[in-house]
Amino acid sequence: MTEQTNSGSMQPPIVDVIDERLNRQSWFRRMLSRPDLGAFAGAVLVFVFFAFTAGGTGMFAADGVMNWLTVTAQLMIIGTGAALLMIGGEFDLSVGSMIGFAGMVIAIPTIYFHVPVGVSVILAFVMAMAIGALNGYIIVRTRLPSFIVTLASLYILRGLTIALSIVFTNRTIVSGLKQYSNESFVASLFAAKLFPGFFQWLADNGIINRLPNGAPAVSGLPMLLVWAVVIAVIAHVVLMKTRVGNWIFASGGDANAARNVGVPVSAIKISLFMVTAFCATVFAACQVFEFGSAASDRGLLKEFEAIIAAVIGGCLLTGGYGSVVGACLGALIFGVVQMGILFTGAPSDWFQVFLGAMLLIAVLFNSSIRRRVTGER
Amino acid sequence: MKSALLRGVLIAATVIAGVATTASSAFADNERFVFVSHAPDSDSWWNVIKNALKNAEHDEGVKVEYRNPPTGDIADMARIIQQATASNPNGIVTTIADFDVLQSAIQGAVAKGIPVITVNSGTAEQSKKLGALMHIGQPEYDAGKGAGERAKAAGVTHFLCVNHYITNAASVERCQGYADGLGVKLGDQMLDSGLDPTEVYNKVKAFLASHPDTNGILALGPNSADPTIKYLRDTGSASKFKSVISFDLDGDISKAIKDGIVSAAIDQQPYLQGYLPIVFLTQYVRYGVIPSNNVNTGPGFVTKDNIAMVEKLAGEYR
Repeated sequence: MTEQTNSGSMQPPIVDVIDERLNRQSWFRRMLSRPDLGAFAGAVLVFVFFAFTAGGTGMFAADGVMNWLTVTAQLMIIGTGAALLMIGGEFDLSVGSMIGFAGMVIAIPTIYFHVPVGVSVILAFVMAMAIGALNGYIIVRTRLPSFIVTLASLYILRGLTIALSIVFTNRTIVSGLKQYSNESFVASLFAAKLFPGFFQWLADNGIINRLPNGAPAVSGLPMLLVWAVVIAVIAHVVLMKTRVGNWIFASGGDANAARNVGVPVSAIKISLFMVTAFCATVFAACQVFEFGSAASDRGLLKEFEAIIAAVIGGCLLTGGYGSVVGACLGALIFGVVQMGILFTGAPSDWFQVFLGAMLLIAVLFNSSIRRRVTGER
Repeated sequence: MKSALLRGVLIAATVIAGVATTASSAFADNERFVFVSHAPDSDSWWNVIKNALKNAEHDEGVKVEYRNPPTGDIADMARIIQQATASNPNGIVTTIADFDVLQSAIQGAVAKGIPVITVNSGTAEQSKKLGALMHIGQPEYDAGKGAGERAKAAGVTHFLCVNHYITNAASVERCQGYADGLGVKLGDQMLDSGLDPTEVYNKVKAFLASHPDTNGILALGPNSADPTIKYLRDTGSASKFKSVISFDLDGDISKAIKDGIVSAAIDQQPYLQGYLPIVFLTQYVRYGVIPSNNVNTGPGFVTKDNIAMVEKLAGEYR
């Protein structure tokens, strides 16, 4: 902004705003070339599909909606981090292990050393982001592929989670957190259900269904959803409206070129790894406080789900292209498909076949729509 | 070319939609139950339960959906129970793999008025606390006690309980039950053997050397039974023991039963944990009748007499 006014003061102002070097596009055309358009079309397809196959099964009743929204929100949190990192040209495969690890770091000190729960949570965020920074540092220093480096952290963190939980507690499921976290501000920050009165009102007026005891089928808006939306909005604004966002695109598009024009590529990449670690810790904290326990197998395979969400949402595996909105839609597609298949009553042995097929269809549909309207090859 | 791809995608979607709708509408008039387990896809032990569910489906004329978290993550299992609840089934059968994690999900189903039966993991007390109709499983203490009563009949006076998982409260209950069934104090007769086969072997050896009047052995599972069987084979001392009993079955244990080294294996009869809840729920939904107590599917005992049948059906119905 400031640079433009500087140059403007040295030259006479341009009267004609139309620059012949720019090909003008209509608003409609611009909308169509967004990276998230395909994901939007895919999401519509998925909803239409389940409206037909699972319409009468309770999938679109209040508690059914809350069920797939919760899964979507979980995935949105880590998918947003993965999308930013992928646009910045790197991968993080340690997300799933980080979820298990961060959960343990919250649970063990609280339950076994009686550390205040807020301190454990801060400790978890600090440790996770330090590990994220270390991942990033190793990658920018050695220029090894992030795939390999974070694959190593996937194993190391999972192993540490199991080993440390055995050392400190002699078990791999650490439960009983509720008695320490009950009523505390930190617990409600991650696991409170907001606006219970509003949902009671909805139920009383027949807008959402009620349980036999009069309570609403959905007791409130989980903080998990709030976190997901807040993280996604912040990430979207940073990516699309700020200089840092441009740096992320530049680092992912061509790191060398970006360095040559003065983009702090290393700092950007290290920060992005810290962002994915942050997102994984938010995921872990919401899970730990909702269920009152941490387990060493939490978060298994979540790294792939995060990457899948980002890719369905139009992020390129090679970096430099993608959007946060797309990743959120990708998370929605994955969450709805994952839970929706259960609603259709498809046989469980075939569950993963259906899941894979639906995802493939969503992605094919997504990319074919995008090609049709943008004329990309 | 592009439109052909698009059309292909749409056709595939329609086909899958068709398959899914016929699958659900074929049983539309009948009761629908959801069975939720905690086992990851890779756990083959649950195949017996899946077969039991198929039989129950056929015998009762109902539809049963088996659900499990693919990676065995109990937090994902809670979501599956919530999903099952939202789909308004006629009943839910679930394990209590982790009471804390599953508590709110199971209570949510109960609050919605869906009949719930708990099976396998968990205790009858937990089941009651969750508001379930009944628990169907193997109570660990009673299983140990049953083994102790058998050992008493065989004339055991001093025993060794080989515990490879001492941090688990249920394991200790098994040893305590055995001691009570036998009518003696547990005292120092429970051995913390660890998991490593060599370690188990040597600890058993040391214990038996320092307690020469031991004449009964209880092993809590293949991890503690296999090295103990090896010790008995190596030393040829099997005849010295009046009763050697193990929990669960594997290749080594069933061979040892045939050779007369192990007198019995305690089988929790998983088939019943799949079949019975569906039968009970069906009767409950149709006629409002259900047994008022919990069901113990174990301890069933596998001995030389029935090992042939068990081996034939192993992995399918046993």
